[in-house]
Amino acid sequence: MTARIGVITFPGTLDDTDAARAVDRSGAQSVALWHADADLKGVDAVVVPGGFSYGDYLRAGAIARFAPVMSEVITAAKQGMPVLGICNGFQILCEAGLLPGVLIRNKGLHFVCRDQWLRVDNSTSAWTSRFDQGAEILIPLKSGEGCYVADQHVLDELEGEGRVAFRYVGGNPNGALNDIAGITSANGRVVGLMPHPEHAIDALTGPSDDGLGLFLSALDTLVAA
Amino acid sequence: MARVVVDVMPKPEILDPQGQAVANALPRLGFAGIGSVRQGKHFELEVDDSVDDATLAKIAETFLANPVVEDWVVRRVES
Repeated sequence: MTARIGVITFPGTLDDTDAARAVDRSGAQSVALWHADADLKGVDAVVVPGGFSYGDYLRAGAIARFAPVMSEVITAAKQGMPVLGICNGFQILCEAGLLPGVLIRNKGLHFVCRDQWLRVDNSTSAWTSRFDQGAEILIPLKSGEGCYVADQHVLDELEGEGRVAFRYVGGNPNGALNDIAGITSANGRVVGLMPHPEHAIDALTGPSDDGLGLFLSALDTLVAA
Repeated sequence: MARVVVDVMPKPEILDPQGQAVANALPRLGFAGIGSVRQGKHFELEVDDSVDDATLAKIAETFLANPVVEDWVVRRVES
């Protein structure tokens, strides 16, 4: 049976089409989910894609977290369903309390848009198991509020439990504490990252196909379940 | 009806690049003597008398501010 992975569209979402394409390329089946529907259509996992949901009003992700579909995502995630938040999706998952910390305005204020090297520091989560520990991957980063911030005790917990999934290498683009680009939940099922793996699934259209590894990891997780 | 003001500010230890940018612009514009600037948000709410302080605090804590990086203050300015 083919794994079905939902991709949510909010008003202002930009990267749902690429996220769905990445899901399909990995061999899973993408399922479109709508922000206003409290219905996950029976999917096995969910991708919360990037963009500017609700225009980033109030704070990035602050309004989207209260969308009807997010109540369902929060409930399902707490029961172990794999969830991936990319860029604005990462911000939404932080606002929703599924991941700790928050993303604030980039240090230096500039919107950063470039191909970014990352090191995979956790190769056991539902979305990173296809990577070798310490592997370096190249995927696009495009964000203005990507500076990861959390209390010191949260940082200590993330570092101590090996929950920093991705770290910027070759220079910190936005001031994120500990060079953090992405993290996982304590159970390794929820992952959020600022860079965009869905834009790096084919050398024809991206800097690499490294991003496909996240979607293949999810497929492995779902098939093994 | 009451008017309620909620001020949300970045915590002192949190980097505030927007406030810094404003602070850096002031000397260039000829305004001397401004040591630092912090930039936050100011909300004005028209509130029914039935809404109690605990509810207002919950609105500020769970929605208007993100307490990981922001402090908030609720004030009733007229009633």
